[in-house]
Amino acid sequence: MKLRTMAKPSFIQGLLRGRSAVIGLPYAWLLIFFALPFVIVAKISVSEMETVHFKDLIGYADGMLRLSIKLGNYLFITQDDLYFLSYVASLKYAAVTTAGCLLIGYPFAYFMARARVTLQPALLMLVMLPFWTSFLLRVYAWKGLLGEHGWVAEAIEAVGLDQLLLAAGLIPALGKLMNTPFSLVVGMIYTYLPFMILPLYASLAKMDLRLLEAAADLGATPWVGFWRITVPLSKAGIIAGSMLVFIPCVGEFVIPELLGGPQTLMIGRVLWDEFFSNNDWPMASAVAVVMILLIIVPLAIFNKYQAESQEARR
Amino acid sequence: MSATPAYLQIQNVVKDFGGGAVAVNHVSIDIQKGEIFALLGSSGCGKTTLLRMLAGFETPTSGRIILNGQDLAGMPPYARPINMMFQSYALFPHLTVWDNIAFGLRRDGCPKDEVASRVEAMLKLVQLGKYAKRKPHQLSGGQQQRVALARSLAKKPQLLLLDEPLGALDKKLREETQIELVNIIEEVGVTCVMVTHDQEEAMTMASRIAVMSEGQVLQVGAPVDIYETPATRFVADFIGNVNMMDGTVSVDEPDHVVIDCQDCRHLVGHGITGVPGMAVGVALRPEKIQLSCDKPEGEFNQVLGKVRDLAYFGAFTVYHLQLPSGQVIKVSESNQTRYRNEPLTWDQQVWASWSPTAQVVLTQ
Repeated sequence: MKLRTMAKPSFIQGLLRGRSAVIGLPYAWLLIFFALPFVIVAKISVSEMETVHFKDLIGYADGMLRLSIKLGNYLFITQDDLYFLSYVASLKYAAVTTAGCLLIGYPFAYFMARARVTLQPALLMLVMLPFWTSFLLRVYAWKGLLGEHGWVAEAIEAVGLDQLLLAAGLIPALGKLMNTPFSLVVGMIYTYLPFMILPLYASLAKMDLRLLEAAADLGATPWVGFWRITVPLSKAGIIAGSMLVFIPCVGEFVIPELLGGPQTLMIGRVLWDEFFSNNDWPMASAVAVVMILLIIVPLAIFNKYQAESQEARR
Repeated sequence: MSATPAYLQIQNVVKDFGGGAVAVNHVSIDIQKGEIFALLGSSGCGKTTLLRMLAGFETPTSGRIILNGQDLAGMPPYARPINMMFQSYALFPHLTVWDNIAFGLRRDGCPKDEVASRVEAMLKLVQLGKYAKRKPHQLSGGQQQRVALARSLAKKPQLLLLDEPLGALDKKLREETQIELVNIIEEVGVTCVMVTHDQEEAMTMASRIAVMSEGQVLQVGAPVDIYETPATRFVADFIGNVNMMDGTVSVDEPDHVVIDCQDCRHLVGHGITGVPGMAVGVALRPEKIQLSCDKPEGEFNQVLGKVRDLAYFGAFTVYHLQLPSGQVIKVSESNQTRYRNEPLTWDQQVWASWSPTAQVVLTQ
């Protein structure tokens, strides 16, 4: 055994070791900081809570091996409306935010990608500029902008947009924009817009514009060319951007806390309350596990799609 | 010219992008129905700009383009009865071969069964029936080229534009495809304007060629006319290989002229005339020169040179002869016997001679 390893050229061994280290590091990172904590959270979610510590899942006493998994927390999630409603609210606001970001971000990314090449770095910089200021400060600023006598609030009232918002049920009463579904969605779209624009820009910028000429040549008006060629070819960007917005939005806690109101109970808030107000860690863990599953499923779909489209591009 | 106007008339077209050079400078060409017409020139000569103006991607600064009696001015690309095969093919990567070909038909709102039958016919024409469900990236370069052709023919365009149709194929495939492409175009009977920088491609495919340089058309004619009767030194030099000699007219008789050059005296026997003392250029193609070790008869159309270089190509051999003045001319001799009777080698003195009809006399 030892002889055989000695006979191998040592640099190949070194190469293999280096390669497995490069591949292994991120895996180790994910294992330690994602998989392991998740297993712990999952374990807590099915544990019985004793006064100060959790009961062991596996116990051995009097010649009997005992496995106790408490499903009560998960059952409770399905029984109490509060959880269901806040999951639905989270998904709803995440979906609305994603749609809003796509609606605003697509034209933005489109014109950025079609702008003069010399102008593009500057435009890209503008998109990333908000990251230079604290996220909390920027979200907090909306409190002022949308609050009473805030600039944005007065502008909205001046053009009569608040009538529309009231009709859509986004604000409870005229003159009240803050701490409503409206202010929450504004804050989330504002915060997550760059995450939509960047992947969209990347996919639109690398598009071959001759394809649009070919479409025009074959009788497609610019509008038809956009829908038949540009949009399908930016599908990967649309999906990547939507995932980047949707997934963190589901579990968002800070923005609803600062800009949301009594109508906008999201799962992040419920989670916080279970952990820190009720101190019911098993319940909180169960809520977290369900949330992660809600997020992982779309992520898995996304990964599958990406792998397929990469396969197709080859 | 005939009384009926040409099918495609390019009238005095100018395209000025600004910044000094004019991309297309007062170009006028008449193209007949059913012709395969080539715009030939090196890159930057304006041929592609002219093609893009026909397609509608560029607007002429001035001049008119009339197709089948209809002025195309102000007509956007999608409204023109013209289809183009792009240099890079520009196949839609997210659509199958079938959908690529059907794209144009669907834009016209063709009924479904008509689209289907037309696409099937196109697939049959380019022999790609088996590949209908494939995506473009799953095809070879030659197959992609055929899909692009099928797509541009699907709408039965009044005019087909080909932008460097074979530019993306390797040499061997290009030669096979040239003939196939011409056969398909002739089978469909569509009038065709192609752009190419490859003179061989233009000569084999086109019925007429316009040689372009710096935005202007230098000469329009059938391949044989362009090759054998070039109008200018540029055209003579651009198409094929040529030996250029400068000389002056010394004798002008009704049936011949004599042109004195530094190394030899040319007797030109085909109907040209000039004034004695006039400076002219004599263009002589390498394959029209014969080599011999003995001095040919007479005093005209011959020169003694030294073999500086020779390149054996199998079918023919190219000799580089250094003339007394130092000028080097090329002679191409087809190898009709397996081994030359009098083998020529480096530094050998050899006589080059040519017939009185071999030369072309150029004044510009």
